[in-house]
Amino acid sequence: MQEYDVIIVGAGPAGLGASIEARKFGARVLLLDENGRPGGQLYKQIHKFFGSSDHYAGIRGFKIGEVLLQTAKDLGVELQLNTKVWGIFPDLSITAVYCGKSLRCRAKIIILATGASENALGFPGCTLPGVMTAGAVQTLVNVQHVLPAENYVMIGSGNVGLIVSYQLLQAGANVKAVLEASSSISGYGVHASKIKRAGIPIRLRYTVKRAIGRNSLEAVEIVRLDECFNAIANTEETIECDGLCLAVGLSPRIDLAVLSKCKMLYSTFLGGVLPWHNEDMETSHPNILIAGDLAGIEEASTALDEGRLAGLRAANKIGLCASNTYIEQKSVIINRLVSLRDGPFGERRRFAKASIWRNL
Amino acid sequence: MSRIFNHPVLEIQSRQSFEIYVDGISVIAYEGETVAATLLANGIRAFRRTRKFNEPRGVFCGIGHCADCIIEVDSIPNVRACITIVHPGMIVNTQKNN
Repeated sequence: MQEYDVIIVGAGPAGLGASIEARKFGARVLLLDENGRPGGQLYKQIHKFFGSSDHYAGIRGFKIGEVLLQTAKDLGVELQLNTKVWGIFPDLSITAVYCGKSLRCRAKIIILATGASENALGFPGCTLPGVMTAGAVQTLVNVQHVLPAENYVMIGSGNVGLIVSYQLLQAGANVKAVLEASSSISGYGVHASKIKRAGIPIRLRYTVKRAIGRNSLEAVEIVRLDECFNAIANTEETIECDGLCLAVGLSPRIDLAVLSKCKMLYSTFLGGVLPWHNEDMETSHPNILIAGDLAGIEEASTALDEGRLAGLRAANKIGLCASNTYIEQKSVIINRLVSLRDGPFGERRRFAKASIWRNL
Repeated sequence: MSRIFNHPVLEIQSRQSFEIYVDGISVIAYEGETVAATLLANGIRAFRRTRKFNEPRGVFCGIGHCADCIIEVDSIPNVRACITIVHPGMIVNTQKNN
């Protein structure tokens, strides 16, 4: 069985960041991803990122993914795509499927960077063709260059809902409304402004009651909600549309962490159940680290830096990175994370993260 | 349901096109795209009907996790259309009973 110093599951920004840091110290790194292309959600993002130059501010998401991938390859990170890790065992081996064949290999340290999955919403008609997640629409539009519908209603005003709405406009589609169940817009003002300037109404305190159509989606019935999120009678409206996008939150993909018996906990502001971890990205399992959305739903820049922290810690744990170097480089990354988690939006995540770190 | 040929940010490169067959009818597919993309681009949104209530199903998650978009490809049933790449002469059949 092939042995590595570090095996990383997931080649999104967190996994790529971890592979680069670990490899810099000479670790033998295997980076695996179930998709045919690395970069996680980055390769679907066509907007320019903001932050600092360490976070590739001003560069479009898909370009950031390309840069990270090239850096990893240049350093000699071994990358295997179309490889789905389905098992993780007490001897620190992982099993994966690659083109119908089985793969098993082992490492001293495993870093799980499996990201998140989109939440679904149940309502009559939710299975109609034309009802899909915001991520599905984003993949079809930005990667496959196909518009699955002409007229859309978006459910959810978080960053995903706002950004995908804008990307739909860029692709030439019509977004008739963004529905938000709560009384305020969830996502960043900068994204909301683009939507508003384009004339898309953001309907606060509204949600979908049912999707209507025979062979596929033809219209959506929406209803107003009160402060307790209960539907208010006789406030229904029907909007004709052939696309309904669900942007109702993300949840960490915890399967491998659960399988390896990492201690889990629930965090409201970070997406639900996730593995307990400390500031060094260590879990309750001595040889498993996590990074990115798996460690709490945030964004690409925090995922990248958490990945770097995990890669650094992995190199330190196997003795390839001396303690003083580790402490020095770790503090640089931690300072960046603190500033990324600044401001009114970041504050909530910063407190949520801090309460996880202290929770063991 | 249409292909995007012009975009303010994305570079839409021209690709080779070829025929695939959907329920016996020839449709145009582009090199490197998924079966789901080809079907949607050609106006086909219902990929199958459910066994019990005969309800139409199609793409939901778009990344191979939910299995709602399953369809018969080259005589193999229940293939996830959203992550399967088309090839010239592919034979796709919508599923009537799953």
